[in-house]
Amino acid sequence: MSFFEGLKFRKVSSPIHDLDPRIKFVFVLVIFVLAVVFAEILPLLFLFILQLPFVLLARVGKQWLRSLKGAIFFAVLIFLMNFIVSFIYAGYVVTAQMIENAFTMTFRFIVLVSSFSIFFLTTSPDVLGLALEQSHIPYEFCFAFTTAVRFVPVLADEAQTIMDAQKARGLELEKGNFLKRVRNYIPILVPLIVNAIRRSLELAEAMESRAWGATKKRTNLYVLKPKREDYLLAFITVAILALAIYVKIFVPIPKITQILRISA
Amino acid sequence: MIEVKDLRFVYPNGVEALRGVSLKIEDGEFVAIMGQNGAGKTTLVKHFNGLLKPTKGDVYVDGVNTKDVSVATLARKVGYVFQNPDHQLFCESVEQEVAFALKNFGFDQETIEKRVSWALQLLGLTQYRQVSPFMLSGGERKRVALASVLAWDPKVVILDEPTIGQDYAQKEKLRQFIMQLRTQKKTVVIVTHDVEFVAECQPRIILMKNGKIVADGSAKEILTNPEVLLQASVIPPQITQTFHYLKDIGLPTNVIDVYEARETILEFLGETKK
Repeated sequence: MSFFEGLKFRKVSSPIHDLDPRIKFVFVLVIFVLAVVFAEILPLLFLFILQLPFVLLARVGKQWLRSLKGAIFFAVLIFLMNFIVSFIYAGYVVTAQMIENAFTMTFRFIVLVSSFSIFFLTTSPDVLGLALEQSHIPYEFCFAFTTAVRFVPVLADEAQTIMDAQKARGLELEKGNFLKRVRNYIPILVPLIVNAIRRSLELAEAMESRAWGATKKRTNLYVLKPKREDYLLAFITVAILALAIYVKIFVPIPKITQILRISA
Repeated sequence: MIEVKDLRFVYPNGVEALRGVSLKIEDGEFVAIMGQNGAGKTTLVKHFNGLLKPTKGDVYVDGVNTKDVSVATLARKVGYVFQNPDHQLFCESVEQEVAFALKNFGFDQETIEKRVSWALQLLGLTQYRQVSPFMLSGGERKRVALASVLAWDPKVVILDEPTIGQDYAQKEKLRQFIMQLRTQKKTVVIVTHDVEFVAECQPRIILMKNGKIVADGSAKEILTNPEVLLQASVIPPQITQTFHYLKDIGLPTNVIDVYEARETILEFLGETKK
């Protein structure tokens, strides 16, 4: 669950929180694409360091670290998979290059997790919904999206209560073999799903009775308008993208193993 | 017997829900825990069956420290009926729902059959035996949840907000039912906001505020003490308020239930006639 904690928004005021979510999203998207495009450790390291000022400015260091900690399991898995596959392909020999490649893949994953963590930690679901709406995405989809995001913590709380209620009736989740353990979760999942469906029906009725969809064109209480800081971030984003394209085309990026002249 | 010694509890998110609670509940006692939302009532009773373990201090159930045993072990002795029945109902029939805990505790088939029939009868649910619990009304679902706990005959029964969403007739049934449990020498603990219900049941009241006990005594003592009630933001029952506003004509102020009110008024009228 700690991984999700690292994506959960908390209302704080900081320069990063106040940025226009659309531009922030483009920024994160650029980092995402670049992390996928570059397969060398140096540019990935650059992308990672680039995010640190954002974490510090937004004062979400603790939550950000928690999301990275939550990603450790997958990171180790990615490292081992890459390493083992290349190990087998290379004919059962270990080279420094192989380790570097496996590490690069893992680091790429970390960069991706980190960028999304920053985005979701500093963007409230409301503002995100507003951004979607102003990007001319049909209101039905925006509403479904923000509602889904908003109900995640509610569902998590409810799951905990249900678990307590069933434990109070003598259910032991950690008992028995693997199959039995999976079956142990039926008394948790059934009430959780039934309640979620019931709640969604109630929500639909509540929305309809508050004239949901009465007019084609909705107006909003808040309107997103890019500020000076937003233009600055937009400029940074374009600059990074331009630099990346230049490097990708004209500069050969050395590997660490080449720099250190480690062979085999 | 439940014994709580200087219990403190802090939730993982840092909220300090209990700040030093000590109390003793004897076997066969009937206790109502009252107080505002967030006073720590539910947090306290969740310690009685080990769902929560103390951050500091100790909770003993029949001399056993709850830190040393699993919830399942404690649950055998302490039955806990949650506020919302929809948080526990999941089976295809009422019968299976009631049998669920019995199976968890490892009762044999014959005993399960017997206990299920007994519990269904007790709560007037026999005609719904094969019905899906999801098809029942809110009040009926609440009774199924209650039956599913009482089926294993726990020594202590904890009821979290048992009167919420119940009409007056159902509340009266619930009151009679609690009295019936008491004749069976069970310890009953209810967590509630319902002063009228408490005034009619007359249990021992434990009044909580901000994770501490502010008063502990008989229903009559506490419900007729305006200062204490004000402190815990509890409004006295209507009967008590009525008598309070009539004190100028010479009526006593320590009346909490209808029968007592009737007696007092008759007596008062008799005196004024003379």
